Amino acid sequence: MTLEARIQAGVSGFELDVELAVRAGELVAVLGPNGAGKTSLLRALAGLLPLRAGRVTLGGVVLEDPRAGIRVPSERRPIGLVFQDYLLFPHLSVQENVAFGLRARGMAHAAAIARAGSWLDRVGLQIEGGRKPASLSGGQAQRVALARVLATSPVLLLLDEPMAALDASTRAAFRRDLRRHLESFPGVRLLVTHDPVEAMAMADRLVVLEHGRVLQSGTPADVTQHPRSRYVADLVGVNLFRGRASHDIITLEGGGSLTTAGAADGDVFAVVHPRTVALYRTRPDGTPRNVWEGRAVDLDLEGDRIRVRLVGSPSIVAEVTPAAVRELGLDRGDRVWVSVKATEVNVYPA
Amino acid sequence: MLAAAGAAFFLLPLIGLLLRAPWGTAWQELTSTEALLALRLSFVASLSATALALIFGVPLAWIYARSAFPGRNVLRALTVLPMVLPPVVGGVALLFAFGRRGILGQWLDQAFGIHLPFTTAGAIVAETFVAMPFLIISVEAGLNSMDRRFEDAARTLGARPWTVLWRVTLPLVRPSLVAGAVLCWARALGEFGATITFAGNFPGRTQTMPLAVYLALETNPDAAIVLSLVLLVISLAVLIGLRDRWLGAS
Repeated sequence: MTLEARIQAGVSGFELDVELAVRAGELVAVLGPNGAGKTSLLRALAGLLPLRAGRVTLGGVVLEDPRAGIRVPSERRPIGLVFQDYLLFPHLSVQENVAFGLRARGMAHAAAIARAGSWLDRVGLQIEGGRKPASLSGGQAQRVALARVLATSPVLLLLDEPMAALDASTRAAFRRDLRRHLESFPGVRLLVTHDPVEAMAMADRLVVLEHGRVLQSGTPADVTQHPRSRYVADLVGVNLFRGRASHDIITLEGGGSLTTAGAADGDVFAVVHPRTVALYRTRPDGTPRNVWEGRAVDLDLEGDRIRVRLVGSPSIVAEVTPAAVRELGLDRGDRVWVSVKATEVNVYPA
Repeated sequence: MLAAAGAAFFLLPLIGLLLRAPWGTAWQELTSTEALLALRLSFVASLSATALALIFGVPLAWIYARSAFPGRNVLRALTVLPMVLPPVVGGVALLFAFGRRGILGQWLDQAFGIHLPFTTAGAIVAETFVAMPFLIISVEAGLNSMDRRFEDAARTLGARPWTVLWRVTLPLVRPSLVAGAVLCWARALGEFGATITFAGNFPGRTQTMPLAVYLALETNPDAAIVLSLVLLVISLAVLIGLRDRWLGAS
């Protein structure tokens, strides 16, 4: 069972253009900033947003293909979607919410309510089924929403920011819980989130989405080690450069160049960890192969380190100890020498 | 001072009505044959008009809120026109549509032998014409302000459009639906101009309470006051019932 989707759709303001394949058993997280098109992607898969072009198949069955004139309506897709704010029907009780999908499929009321009760048990909710959603906590509402979707036995489970509506303090516990429920789900699972911690903690594979396009896809470790976008680089907290390599010299897009230890050719990304960036009052001598002058525009205390944002050619962020800042007498606006060892420049093809 | 004068302007007629009320003979007046006929007819006609408004107005409001088609705004403007149209003009217009020589009336007469003017059915049609817009705009506003993603959620759970409408959309707009129906009913109950023009003034058939009040004012002022008080009490009840929506009281 595999989801294969190529989605082109016009969303207000931009164009969603995504290609995606998810196998059963794999938990894929689509990670991206707000407004990247994550929710639109889920809506398109669920049939709530019509495609302009592309094709969506699930287990070999075509769900949508505008060119062939195929469009299976939402209600006939074997897809469950857990909405960001859960969208429990406020006028129905918790039980009736969970029974809704079964009733819509023609199951008798009593049977549907009984099944709903067992699903509530399965997601670990010991609450009175007659309660109205308004009286539930965020965590309880999340589980009811999950039970409501799982009760319809979907083949593809979509989750939109499942943790966003929860308190930060309870998030970790619920994340573990949700992960357990997701692990016992036999179908294809896809969740979207703007929270990198959530994505890394839950997913086997990340898909990074920005401005409606996939920028990168891979295991969490791969994505964090080889960022291919400013967005991911900022999440991980590293300096990301893009440029053209010729042997061991990379000419950077934003100006300046970096010397590397290895040899490469063509368009590349180069990552420099801020901790490996050294700062000097005077031009340093010796081994470092990359030395240039920059101006400190920002100093931020982060943990036991100070992050210094430097404007120069290229601009870069350095992480140094407070002692070093004192020793340098470094303040906002000061000019310093920046040095990066060639061996600390991590290069991979763009 | 001006505000006080403004308030008095509204209060004085009510006080006048209460002071002049023939409290001793009120029950007698109310239970006279004429009054009872008017009362019964008013309730039958206004409730029928409300039912008709629900049957035809809710789908219309749904179309206005959920679909876009050329001319929608013009059509919507025309359907709420009776709210601002002088009711007498509405009555005249109804005569030319459903009257014996009217475009539809002619056909109704020939095909089914149905005559709407000067019948109870005619009074119901006149009241529906004037009152239905209140239901339409209330329901349309409710549909526009509800979170449509609830409908999306219902669809992804496997509900067909009809199920979504019955089990999600209508329950969620219920407050607007109830408010619209009550307003519509109150307007139908008070209808005068279109009814007397289109349906005439026959006791027991088309003479609703407002018509009876108007007629009784010349012959039997006490009866007119008592019937007026009944209408006043109903209006107050409607206002109190809808106070959460209009007056912002808790």
